Amino acid sequence: MAEVMLPMKMEMANDPSKFTSPDLLHVLAVDDSHVDRKFIERLLKVSSCKVTVVDSATRALQYLGLDVNEKPIGCKDLKVNLIMTDYSMPGMTGYELLKKIKESSAFRDVPVVVMSSENILPRIDRCLEEGAEDFLLKPVKLSDVRRIRDSLIKVEDLSFTKSINKRELETENVYSLDSSVPLQLKRTKI
Amino acid sequence: MQRQVALIKQSLFDQGYLDEQFIELEELQDDANPNFVEEVATLYFKDSARLISNIEQALERGSFDFNRLDNYMHQFKGSSTSIGASKVKTECTMFREYCRVGNAEGWQDRRGPRRLHVGPSNTGTDQ
Repeated sequence: MAEVMLPMKMEMANDPSKFTSPDLLHVLAVDDSHVDRKFIERLLKVSSCKVTVVDSATRALQYLGLDVNEKPIGCKDLKVNLIMTDYSMPGMTGYELLKKIKESSAFRDVPVVVMSSENILPRIDRCLEEGAEDFLLKPVKLSDVRRIRDSLIKVEDLSFTKSINKRELETENVYSLDSSVPLQLKRTKI
Repeated sequence: MQRQVALIKQSLFDQGYLDEQFIELEELQDDANPNFVEEVATLYFKDSARLISNIEQALERGSFDFNRLDNYMHQFKGSSTSIGASKVKTECTMFREYCRVGNAEGWQDRRGPRRLHVGPSNTGTDQ
C-alpha cells in the first residue's frame, strides 16, 4: 500500500517569516520508521516548510520520477528544495538513495541531508564524500532543522533576487520599444 | 485529575523512563496541533507491539537469527530514542550487545525476570 503523502498545506510558524521568496521550502523526508516520519514531519512544519514524507528510498525515487520502472507519483514540475533521509532503511539505504540523487541530472543540485541514530564516523565520511549536505544524529533537533533551513533560504533568496532582477530588466526592455508599435506588455506574474 | 497525571509524568522522568526528548516532543505541540504527542505515542505503541511480537516469534522458533533480532532491536531502539523512552532504549542497546556476541542465553536471562511491557500505562520496562 503506497504510503506516499501528498504535499501538506503549509502552516505558518510563530516566528515572523524571514522568507522574501513566495515559495516556502519543499522538503522530501524519507524514513521507514512511523514514529520518525511523524516526528520529522512536525519538525519541518514547525519550521515553515512544505513537507512530503515517504516510507522508503524506492518511494522517494518514484516520487522524484527517478525510478525508471514506475510512473512518477509526484507532479510534473516537481520542485524539491531539500531531501532528508534516514540512513538505515530496508531495501535501499539512505546512502544508496543519496548516490542515485547525485547521479541524476534533475536533482543532483538538491541538498541531501542524511540522518542516523548511529554515530559511525566512516558512515558519516562516506555520506559527506558522496555529496551529502549534512549528517544529523537522531533524534534530530529543531535547531538542526532550522539551521539547515536558514542556510537554504539564503541560497533561495539569492536565486529569487536574480529572477526578480531579470523580470525588472525585461519590463524595462518592453517600455523602451518604439512607440509606433502597439505595446503588448507581457505581465509576468510572480 | 490533572495533578495526578502531572505527578505520574514527573515520576516517569524521575525514574528514568522518560528523558528530555519527550519534552522536545511536547514543545512541538501547540493549539493548532494539540494531539501531536498522543499521536506519536500511539504510533510508538503500535510499532513496539509489532516489533516485540516479531522478536518473540523469532525466539519461539528456537533458532536464533541474530542479524534479524538485531535488526528488530535497531528499529525498536530508534523509535524509543525518538520518543524519549530512555529505559527501553537502554534495554535495546543491551539486547543488541548480546546479539552481537551471539549470546542467546545472556539476553534470555535478562528477559526472564523482567518482561518488557509497552502500553498506554507506561513507556518503560516493568521491573
